[in-house]
Amino acid sequence: MPAPDPIEHLIGLLARLPGYGRRSARRAVLKMLMRPEEAMLPLAAALRDAAAAVRPCRLCRNLDDQDPCHICRDPQRDRSVICVVEGVAELWALERAHAHRGLYHVLGGTLSALGGVGPEDLAVQPLLARIAEQGVEEVILALPATVEGATTAHFLSDRLQPSGVRVTRLAQGVPIGGALDVLDEGTLAAALKARRAV
Amino acid sequence: MLRLTRLMLRDFRNWPALTVPFRAQLAVITGENGAGKTNLLEAISLLGPGRGLRGARAAELGRRAGEAPLPWAAAGRFEGPWGGFDLGSGTPEGGPPERRSFRLDGAPLRTQAELAERVAAVWLTPQMDRLFQDGAGDRRRFLDRLVWALEPHHAREVAAYENAMAQRNRLLLQARREGRAADPAWLAGLEDAMARHGVALSAARRGLIARLNAALAGGVTGGFPAARLALSCPVAAALDGSPALAVEDGLRADWAASRARDAAAGATLSGPHRADLLMTHAPKEIPAALCSTGEQKALLVAVVLAHAALIAAARGFAPLLLLDEVAAHLDAERREALFAALAALPAQAFLTGTDAAVFRPLRGLAEGFLARGGELVPDGDLPVPEGR
Repeated sequence: MPAPDPIEHLIGLLARLPGYGRRSARRAVLKMLMRPEEAMLPLAAALRDAAAAVRPCRLCRNLDDQDPCHICRDPQRDRSVICVVEGVAELWALERAHAHRGLYHVLGGTLSALGGVGPEDLAVQPLLARIAEQGVEEVILALPATVEGATTAHFLSDRLQPSGVRVTRLAQGVPIGGALDVLDEGTLAAALKARRAV
Repeated sequence: MLRLTRLMLRDFRNWPALTVPFRAQLAVITGENGAGKTNLLEAISLLGPGRGLRGARAAELGRRAGEAPLPWAAAGRFEGPWGGFDLGSGTPEGGPPERRSFRLDGAPLRTQAELAERVAAVWLTPQMDRLFQDGAGDRRRFLDRLVWALEPHHAREVAAYENAMAQRNRLLLQARREGRAADPAWLAGLEDAMARHGVALSAARRGLIARLNAALAGGVTGGFPAARLALSCPVAAALDGSPALAVEDGLRADWAASRARDAAAGATLSGPHRADLLMTHAPKEIPAALCSTGEQKALLVAVVLAHAALIAAARGFAPLLLLDEVAAHLDAERREALFAALAALPAQAFLTGTDAAVFRPLRGLAEGFLARGGELVPDGDLPVPEGR
């Protein structure tokens, strides 16, 4: 059997990544092949380095080249607050917002009976262990506002209850800079329900 | 008023190519069985959100030439309260046949919600004649479509409720197969989601029924016999006497207590997904299931007309009314009442039938077309009404 065409092989590998289809993979590959020394070899080296160095943090499951990760090692972080997120993408989003000064816990998904994801597939036990060991006072559930996200939040708050830790979740409502008349009815109703005194 | 002023079809069902202007508020399409009258109404229904009046998948809609269906397109030019616009739908040339795309004034539309803001259509078809004989599911879907047209987020509530319930059923079933108890905290999470979405969707159904009953009692359907609607659903009934949060708590407790029963049944046996829509012939005070076929048809027409009037009042434009083979089932008196009610509503209506003579009283009100041999030609007996 002949070796696969290297260009087709590369396009096939890229096209499997999220955000890429075959068309965009072809464009990226063509662009790189124009200047392989500048565009391809550094990329290959970066891919190799990242694959070798990056690991999930043993405490929070964030991805980092240090273990524990740079957030867990940061002495400025408030260790009494843990924010629970579905995945690393959500952790990054919260970090971009610079709003959370505590630690994180990456769950690795949400409960989905139809998708075959159960409690044992999520990092629930490690979370309970951290709370028991670390003197955590508050757990913030920053999970998606979907049926699966809400179910997981409900499940976690039940599991966390015996620990006596304070459990909160993100608010739902009017986005910053958003006009009311373009808001969907479900969000508007949630915002009204969660109104507060000014 | 929302008006479809021109319809263009390409390789849609039995229509290879068609361009037809609609110049009147009422359009009558007559022709023999199989001439493609219902296909025309289906094409119009597909210019709004959803799967149209047959609930068909996009891949089924292309005209067949040999084995595979051809890529199809349906496009309408509309005059609305905010000016004119062109709306097209279809499966793209060379693209996947199951994927339907939309274009508004030539630009792609990303969500069906954008569509729902501009176009709405409501229909009555001969398949719906069985609505009172078949199971509650069809009546519930009929009701949910009426709610959806007024409150676009209703579809999301129904989908979220059904998603949570499907997961609960799966969990209970898996645990039963494996001879263990399902995780109670996980179940409670799903039941919590079911309670929140279930109460929201029940409140929306209940609200629509109250508004429809008020419109029907107010005589919005003119000379047409009024129907009275009721929802047979413990959740909606509980909302009569208790605040929504208390009803949610009651549902959570009820489902938590019936896990063993539901696991044995392999289904959730209580909840708003078991609701039924009851209809009563108001003047005679008899339930719709006991009415004659003609009377049942009349009741459905009354509900659809009242609904159109509600949408017109609430959203500023009435939906397009697609009435497939409706007139033929009505006696002469009811037919007259229907025609009068349609002429009085601020809505554009499309009627089909096999017997052109039935529509003669619409001369001066409606524009007639004859469907035959893949063509649509003007009906000389129903010329474009003057001054319209």
